Amino acid sequence: MTYNAISVSELNKYIKEKFEEDEYFSSVLVEGEISNCKYHYSGHIYFTLKDENSLIKGVMFKTYTSHLDFNLQDGMKVMVLGSVSVFERDGTYQLYAKAMKQLGKVGDLRAAFEALKEKLEKEGLFESSHKRPIPVMPKTIGVLTSNTGAVIRDIINVSTRRNPNVHIRLFPVPVQGEGAAQKIADGIRVMNENNLADVLIVARGGGSLEDLWPFNEEVVARAIYNSEIPVISAVGHETDFTISDFVADLRAPTPSAAAELAVQDISILQENIYSYQNRFKQALVKKIEFMKLKYEKCMASRAFSKPLQQIQEKYILVDKNIKSLEYSISKKLQNEKAKAQNMYLKLDALSPLKTLARGYGIVSVEDKIIKSVKQVKTDDKINIRMEDGKIEAKVI
Amino acid sequence: MSNKKEDLNFEESIKKLEEIAQELEKGDLDLDSSVNKFEEGMKLSKKCNSLLEDAEKRITILLNDNGNLKEEDFNPEED
Repeated sequence: MTYNAISVSELNKYIKEKFEEDEYFSSVLVEGEISNCKYHYSGHIYFTLKDENSLIKGVMFKTYTSHLDFNLQDGMKVMVLGSVSVFERDGTYQLYAKAMKQLGKVGDLRAAFEALKEKLEKEGLFESSHKRPIPVMPKTIGVLTSNTGAVIRDIINVSTRRNPNVHIRLFPVPVQGEGAAQKIADGIRVMNENNLADVLIVARGGGSLEDLWPFNEEVVARAIYNSEIPVISAVGHETDFTISDFVADLRAPTPSAAAELAVQDISILQENIYSYQNRFKQALVKKIEFMKLKYEKCMASRAFSKPLQQIQEKYILVDKNIKSLEYSISKKLQNEKAKAQNMYLKLDALSPLKTLARGYGIVSVEDKIIKSVKQVKTDDKINIRMEDGKIEAKVI
Repeated sequence: MSNKKEDLNFEESIKKLEEIAQELEKGDLDLDSSVNKFEEGMKLSKKCNSLLEDAEKRITILLNDNGNLKEEDFNPEED
């Protein structure tokens, strides 16, 4: 007798074909809780979906994971759209997820978060132009958080370590649960109205999305936006982002980091001030040295080192000038004298007196010199000028 | 409770210190003005330093007493 056995592979292949013939399996919508969730390095997500009594293995391939708007975590309630088929190698059937939606309150919160974020962003509440700078040296740090627990302690410790003289003013507020958001918002408003701080830290420790929820509420977002006092938001862990973080003037990854951002290390500030004092001193010393150098150069000049020499030099010059002046004056005098002498001799030679001296006379009638006999007639009175006097005569 | 507005605040003072340092370092002021600037800078820097040191360490908590704010010293509880 011959047995007609088939291989395991053939069997699983047959089963798979049966599954795929079923139209219902090709598109199922199933609800359950996630467990054994694994993000594989290949990009696929492996998980188990279960309810109280039963479970099914599932996988979401990389192609689909990019459309997920949340991170899968164990314990999450989800609704999965996908198909059911057989994984031939292991002989198992599983859920091939194509899309997933988070269910329950957390899912609703996530949707509300996205909606509010989009709304406030459109309104401009996250604009960086609206963000105020954090003061370098705030005198008073206003802190809005719970008056119990590690957060306020961390903030006090970090702040006082960096600046032992800081004033921390705690405005205690509940940081989770019903009504917390309103109280946080009121606190921010009261701090502003009474000008009770130079900077505000709004802080909360880590927690679930539900725990952090007050910091995702619109009333807190608007209070932060309207705060005249700069606000540092420090809610949850480094990976948690809340609406408060987006609106705040500065986001700190943790409450301790917020304290570091609000309170400058006093020793660094002091060093900074000392370095200014040094710069002033050096600049002044340099100035004085420069002036001294200038003074010394000035004093070394001949005007100061040999003041008489200059005067003597000038005296010599004056003497020289006087001498040459005297010389030119006497020379001029001589020249003029000689010229005068010459003129005198010429004049002398031409003088009529000289002619008279030789025995000539000048005949004149009524002061008119007679040069011709025709100019006189008988009985005219004439004057004859001789060298040594006058003769009055009559023409006969 | 708030900063005195008539005084320069810390940031403004630091900014002023930088200005004074640059003016002095340029070296084109005469000696008298340099000395005056120097004195102004030293005075301001000492004021800044006293701003740092004068503040008193205080940890306080604001309490709402029937609508009136009250302030008390605060000691965080230890775990």
